[in-house]
Amino acid sequence: MKLDPTVCVFGEDVGHYGGSYKVTKGLADMFGDLRVLDTPIAENSFTGMGVGAGMKGLRPVVEGMNMGFLLLAYNQISNNCGMLHYTSGGQFKIPVVIRGPGGVGRQLGAEHSQRLESYFQSIPGLQMVACSTPYNAKGLMKAAIRSENPVVLFEHVLLYNLKEKIPDEEYVLCLEEAEMVRPGEHVTILTYSRMRYHVMQAAKTLVDKGYDPEVIDIRSLKPFDLHTIGNSIKKTHRVLIVEECMRTGGIGASLRSAIIDNFWDYLDAPIMCLSSQDVPTPYASTLEDATVVQPAQIVAAVEQICQ
Amino acid sequence: MAALWLARASSQMARRAARRHPSLRRPSRHGGAPASPWLLGPAAQPPVLGSPPLPAAERAFRRGFCSVRSFAGESSAAAASDEEEPEKGFAGGDQQALDFPGGKVSLVAEMNFLPESHGERISCYRVLDDDGRTISGSRFQEVSKEVALKMYSEMVTLQIMDNIFYEAQRQGRISFYLTSNGEEAINIASAAALSADDIVLPQYREPGVLLWRGFTLQEFANQCFGNNMDYGKGRQMPIHYGSNRLNYFTVSSPIATQLPQAVGAAYSLKMDKKDACAITYFGDGGTSEGDFHAALNFAAVMEAPVIFFCRNNGWAISTPTTEQFRSDGVVVRGQAYGIRGIRVDGNDALAVYSAVHAAREMAITEGRPILVEALTYRVGHHSTSDDSTKYRPVDEIEHWRTARDPISRYRKWVQGNDWWSDSEESELRNRVRKELLQAIQVAERMPKPPVSELFTDVYDQIPSNLQEQEQLLRDTIMKHPADYPTDVPV
Repeated sequence: MKLDPTVCVFGEDVGHYGGSYKVTKGLADMFGDLRVLDTPIAENSFTGMGVGAGMKGLRPVVEGMNMGFLLLAYNQISNNCGMLHYTSGGQFKIPVVIRGPGGVGRQLGAEHSQRLESYFQSIPGLQMVACSTPYNAKGLMKAAIRSENPVVLFEHVLLYNLKEKIPDEEYVLCLEEAEMVRPGEHVTILTYSRMRYHVMQAAKTLVDKGYDPEVIDIRSLKPFDLHTIGNSIKKTHRVLIVEECMRTGGIGASLRSAIIDNFWDYLDAPIMCLSSQDVPTPYASTLEDATVVQPAQIVAAVEQICQ
Repeated sequence: MAALWLARASSQMARRAARRHPSLRRPSRHGGAPASPWLLGPAAQPPVLGSPPLPAAERAFRRGFCSVRSFAGESSAAAASDEEEPEKGFAGGDQQALDFPGGKVSLVAEMNFLPESHGERISCYRVLDDDGRTISGSRFQEVSKEVALKMYSEMVTLQIMDNIFYEAQRQGRISFYLTSNGEEAINIASAAALSADDIVLPQYREPGVLLWRGFTLQEFANQCFGNNMDYGKGRQMPIHYGSNRLNYFTVSSPIATQLPQAVGAAYSLKMDKKDACAITYFGDGGTSEGDFHAALNFAAVMEAPVIFFCRNNGWAISTPTTEQFRSDGVVVRGQAYGIRGIRVDGNDALAVYSAVHAAREMAITEGRPILVEALTYRVGHHSTSDDSTKYRPVDEIEHWRTARDPISRYRKWVQGNDWWSDSEESELRNRVRKELLQAIQVAERMPKPPVSELFTDVYDQIPSNLQEQEQLLRDTIMKHPADYPTDVPV
């Protein structure tokens, strides 16, 4: 926001309250109430406002208080954000960033624990990224703001408390690139967002058991970084996808089919995909844990693939 | 407080009326009321063709019926005498005021519900009478002869364009069209009152605004035919025009999505401190969408310079306004959001011009949104996919097409000033017609956009997956040329 006066923030309670997860803390004091705008509760409408402002040359960052609420903004995101650059013949661009906390937290109940990356997946014209560490959060946010296309940036409720030493200076990560987390030889594990941490936890166990998993955080959910993924598959010949999305129509489902289309000849085993259950996230902690993929399942899956 | 006083006063009238005509009952909403939107007009207004005028007592009763429920019980109502003066209800008997979030409110001991309507419909601003003469005492924004004539000739052009493109669709030359018949004054006069820097976010029945700004007949035809000169590159269906050069946002079909976008555009103007406003158009139906509510609310809270222009033309495809809302039209809703509003005769070019001129002034200098409700009638069918005679009487349509035509009414004014003659009229109409037919022929013969334009502009740079898809498509066309049209460049 310091570098470019056209960058502004819209959302509920993003101003002096600093946002529901304090992502915009302090910004209203620095840039004023107009550039960090508290909106009334109407997601479709403030997303629409973001579209209109974007078409006029601003770069709004629209915050959904929880990504789940952006379902109310689906009309503006799909029919307008995704489409208007195309239907106007390239005359109007919509460089908005739509971001917010999502994913399964700790007992927040079904409506606040949505995994809806896949709902936006098919919308032509949108780009989607999921950040997972303080380092890539900063880089991806900056890249998203600079992008001329509408970008949906998925943050995760449980990852806001992570602490990491990151460079003070400007850096921008590539929106379409995946991140190599742990190189290995035996199996390619593709994951993103919070599941990365479950995978790394499982990786410790796996290493003790003598396996050498290669862990890639795909980061870019649309489009997939098939270059990095492909190189990994060509090396290991085995793929496990670990995601928080639902089994049906999830990111994993699309990724699986993209891998089959492109790298069939390199596979030595069927692609396994661990996803969360096709149920609304329950409140009770035991049930909630059983809804998402746990490290033990990841270990078991790798053992099965590597037989 | 004034509303409570009004409730009391009008219920007095109601009781008096009821005593004179004891057989009158409060009319049921779903039974007797005719579908015409103009029913509750003031006594002086002639009713719409087809509905008989109400007897005076029933009209008085209707004005008051809403507040019969405002008293706690029948006994207190009966006990009040005819001669009782309306209570000065501003502070009731109780002068106390209390602080609540939102500010101080004064308290009252009597329980009174605000009536669901003001009682009288909000009156309509009009400058020209039906014969094109300025109504004596009317105040309006003066126009120069040049502007006045441009307004007239563009209204005629719009009408001819609509007729010819409509026919072209009927002949199968374009796939779809929708007209602005009956709303030419709204289109042109509102456009004339704006500056070129004002940002226009249309619904879809406002091509006249684009016409005013300089979009040529050829450019309109190119979009309708989706040829390779179309600015939209053949991606949108007909009438979805857009021009960033002329500050006219590309039409997007879903209703009312442009309203919050207009607030966003106004927000950017406010940030840049530009001497311009945003204006967004929508119909009576669009006011039912959630985006209408939130956009007006946001605009008021943010003090955004945006004009919300409602074309209340009585019909949302087959839904009449009586089934769309129960408020007195759209203008009354402005107050609910803290927005100033005006109701204007949409078929009166000078009234529309003046209202938009004033609205723009206020929006920019005071940094506030303004709501303009233009009452009009949708003379044409909703679109070429509709036959409106199926749900409304043919004579109603005819009445509005002839007796209430905005173009002939304005023409009478222009001719009355000796600014226009019959020979100029026929010369204009012939010229426009010829130009249009020519534009259509040219547009029809132009090649369609190439296959490469199927995949561009989805993103700013074409990504690899789309490049792959394009290559695959090209290969398929190459292998099976007989299955693909020969006139589409690959």
